[in-house]
Amino acid sequence: MISNTLADRLFGFLTRGAALLTLALLLGIIVSLIVGAWPAIDRFGPGFLTRNVWDPVREDFGGLVMIYGTLATSAIALLIAVPISFGIALFLTELSPAWLKRPLGTAIELLAAVPSIVYGMWGLMVFGPVLARYVQRPLQNLFGDTPVFGALVSGPPVGIGILSAGIILSIMIIPFIASVMRDVFEVTPPLLKESAYGLGATTWEVIWNIVLPYTKTGVLGGIMLGLGRALGETMAVTFVIGNMNQLRSPSLFEAANSITSALANEFAEAAPGLHQASLIYLGLVLFLITFVVLVFSRMLLMRLQRNEGGRA
Amino acid sequence: MTDTPTVLPIKIAVRDLNFYYGKFQALRNIHLDIPANRVTAFIGPSGCGKSTLLRVFNRMFELYPDQRAEGQLLLDGEDLLTSKQDVALIRARIGMVFQKPTPFPMSIFDNITFGVKLFENLSRIDLEERVEWALKKAALWDEVKDKLAQSGASLSGGQQQRLCIARGIAIKPELLLLDEPCSALDPISTARIEELIAELKNDYTVIIVTHNMQQAARCSDYTAYMYLGDLMEFGDTEQMFFKPNRRETEDYITGRFG
Amino acid sequence: MNATPNTTLFSANRDVQAAFFVRRKWINRIALTLSLAAMIFGVFWLLWILWETLTLGFGGLSLTLFTENTPPPNDIGGLANAIWGSLLMVALATLIGAPIGVLSGIYLAEYDPRGTLAVTVRFINDLLLSAPSIVIGLFVYALIVLRFRQFSGWAGAVALALIVIPVVIRTTENMLSLIPASLREAAYALGAPKWKVITKVTLNAARAGVVTGVLLAVARISGETAPLLFTALNNQFWTTDLSGPTANLPVTIFQFAMSPYENWQQLAWGGVFLITLAVLGLNILARFLSRRA
Repeated sequence: MISNTLADRLFGFLTRGAALLTLALLLGIIVSLIVGAWPAIDRFGPGFLTRNVWDPVREDFGGLVMIYGTLATSAIALLIAVPISFGIALFLTELSPAWLKRPLGTAIELLAAVPSIVYGMWGLMVFGPVLARYVQRPLQNLFGDTPVFGALVSGPPVGIGILSAGIILSIMIIPFIASVMRDVFEVTPPLLKESAYGLGATTWEVIWNIVLPYTKTGVLGGIMLGLGRALGETMAVTFVIGNMNQLRSPSLFEAANSITSALANEFAEAAPGLHQASLIYLGLVLFLITFVVLVFSRMLLMRLQRNEGGRA
Repeated sequence: MTDTPTVLPIKIAVRDLNFYYGKFQALRNIHLDIPANRVTAFIGPSGCGKSTLLRVFNRMFELYPDQRAEGQLLLDGEDLLTSKQDVALIRARIGMVFQKPTPFPMSIFDNITFGVKLFENLSRIDLEERVEWALKKAALWDEVKDKLAQSGASLSGGQQQRLCIARGIAIKPELLLLDEPCSALDPISTARIEELIAELKNDYTVIIVTHNMQQAARCSDYTAYMYLGDLMEFGDTEQMFFKPNRRETEDYITGRFG
Repeated sequence: MNATPNTTLFSANRDVQAAFFVRRKWINRIALTLSLAAMIFGVFWLLWILWETLTLGFGGLSLTLFTENTPPPNDIGGLANAIWGSLLMVALATLIGAPIGVLSGIYLAEYDPRGTLAVTVRFINDLLLSAPSIVIGLFVYALIVLRFRQFSGWAGAVALALIVIPVVIRTTENMLSLIPASLREAAYALGAPKWKVITKVTLNAARAGVVTGVLLAVARISGETAPLLFTALNNQFWTTDLSGPTANLPVTIFQFAMSPYENWQQLAWGGVFLITLAVLGLNILARFLSRRA
C-alpha cells in the first residue's frame, strides 16, 4: 500500500515535471533569443526592422529585406493556396465519386508529409527553370517596356526569387489547408445542407452560403495553420529565393532573401558578435510574427464562437 | 387494399414506387393518392420507410449516389422522377422541415430570405413584407420581430423549428413535407407546431411523418400506415384510428406492437 | 399584404425566375468546374514532384550510396556516413523526446485537464508546434553549441527531440481523452492506484494511437533540415562520436544540391529519394496502425 502511494506520487511528479518542461522550453527559447540578439538590439534598436542594409564588413545591419521577403513570399503563398485548397475541399466533400474520395484525400495528406527539402530541391532543379522559360520570358517579351509591370518581371530569367519561393510555399501549404477545410466541411450536419437543397439551392450556393459560414472558424484555423507554416518554412524558400540582400528591384523574379533563408545560409559561418546577433535578432522577429499569428487566430476563433451564441 | 379518398382533388399521386439503398429495397410498390389542402400523416415503426418516402417527394435522395427510386411520382399530373425540369426548381415547389431544427448560420431575416432570393428578385421592402408574412404564418413574428438581425441559432429549439417552417413556406411551395418535426421538441413547442400545422392546410398540402400516433390522430386528415417498406393501409384518419381495415394496423395503433 | 400564397402569383413570376435561374445554374456550373480544376491542379503538383523525385532519385541510386562515404567534388562516393548519422540522431531524438511527450500528454489528459497549468501548457504546445524549426535550431545552438564551443551530433539530436515533444504531446493527449471514463472507473473500482490505472489500462487502451503519434513525429524529423544546420552541421567522415559535427542526410542534400558539381547533385537526388521513401513509408505505416486500432 505504502509503495503504491509512493509510486503514485512519483508518477504524478514525473508527468507534472514533463508538462513543466514544455513551459520551460518556451521561456528558454525566448530568453536565449533575446540574450543572443542583445548586442544587435542594443546597437540598432527597433529601427533594425525598417533599415535596408546588410553589411557584415562594416558591421551595419538592418532586417527590412528579409522581413519583406518573408512576408511577401507568405502572402503570395496564401493568395494561391487558399482558393485552391477551398476548391480541393469542395471537390472532395461534394463532387468526388465515392470511390475516389479516399485515395485523393490520402494523396493530399501524404503531400503534407513530404519533407520541405524535397520541395526545395524540386523547386530549384525542376520548377525554377520551367517558370523562367515559360512564364518570365514571355512576360518580359510582352511587358518589358511597360513602366510598372515591366519592372515586376525584370531580372535574369533563372527562375528564382520571391515569386518562385511563394509558389513553392503555396504547393507546400495547400495540403495542410485543404485537409483542414475538408475535415470541417465534412462535419457540417447533412440536415443543414439538405435544408438548403430543399429550398432549391444549387451545390455552389449550399457551399458558399451555408457550409462556409457554418465552418468559418475551422476554415480560418486551417488558413492560419498554413500561414504559420509558410512564415517559418526554411528549406523550400532557401533553395529558390536566391539569397541576395536587395530591395532595389521590385521584380518578383529578382533574387531576394527571407529571414529563414538568411539564417540558413549565413548563421553557421557568421562571426560571433554583431553579425550573429543580428541574425538571432531576425530569428526573434520571426518567432514573434508566428506568435502573433497564432494568438491572433486564437482570438478570432474565440470571438467568432462567442458571436455564434447558443448554437445547439 | 388501399382505400383511396376520391372526392378530393389529388395533389400527389404515387404509382408503383420502389426505392433502393444500394441493394436494399426500402420501399415496395407504393401506390398512394395524397389529397390537396389536407394534412396526410405517415406512421409506422422505425425503418418502415415513411421518411424514405418523404425524401423521394423532393428528390432529396439524389444527393446520395447509392440511392435510387423507380416508378412514378405525379405532382399535379407531372412526373417528378422523370421530369426534365431542374431538380432545384422542383425542390422550390416543395418545402421541407426536418427532425431537428436546422437554422442556417445567418440572421433570422436572412434565414427566411435565403430561399426567397434564390428564385425571386424582390426589393428590400417586398422582402421585408415576405419575412413578416412568413413569420406570422409560422406564429413566430411576435417573438422575433425586434431581433430579426440576430443569429437564427440564438433562438430556442421550438422557435428554431418554427423558423424553419417559416423559411419553408416563405418560398410559397405547393407542398410542405414535415419529417418528424417535433421529435426534438418539448411538449409546449410541440403543441404550438401542431396548431400551426392545422392552420397551414388552408394554403398547402401538408405531409407529416411521425412516430407519435397521438400526433397523427390530432393533426392529420388522412393517415398512411407503413410497415417494412410496404404501404399497409391508407385512409381517413378517424376511420383508421377507430375502425382500421387490417389487423396489423389495429395492432400497431393500439400499441400491441411497434 | 399582397403576398398571398397561391400558385398564380408563383407562375406569374416564372419568366423572371427562368432568366434568373439560368444565371444561377451557370454560376454553379462554373464554380464546380473551378473546383474540379483545383483538384486537378493539386494532384498535378503531387504527381510532378513525386515523378521527378522518383526518376531523378532513382537515377542517383546505387549500391555505393550505402557503402561509401560522402566524396569530395567530382569524385565517386556514397552517402553512408550521412545515412548513419541521420539514423543515429533520429533514434536519439525519439528516445529523448517521445517519453517526455507521452508523460506531458498523460499529465494533460489524466491529471487536472482543466487546470491552469494544463491550459497554459496546451497553449504553449500549440505555439511550439507552429514554431519555425529553424528557431529551435537557434535555441539549441545557444544552449549547447555555444556552451561546448562545438557543433555536435548531440546538439542535433536535442534539436530534433524538441520537435518530437509537441507532436507526441498533442497525439497522446488526444488519444487518451478518447478513452471512455467508464474504463478508468472500472479499474479504480478494483482498487488500482492511479499510476497503475494509467500505465496498465488507459495508456494500454490508447497504445496504437500513441505509437502512431510517435511514428508521425519520427517521419517529421527524418526530413527536418533547418534545425540541424547549425547544431549537427555536417561531416565528410563516418563517425560514431556524437560530440563533434555529425554527417546527416538533410544537410548533405542541401549542400550537395546547391553545389555546382554534377556528382554531388546526383547524390543529392539519391538522398532525396531515400528520405521521401522513408517519410512516406512511415506515414503509411502510421495510417495502417491507426486504422487497425
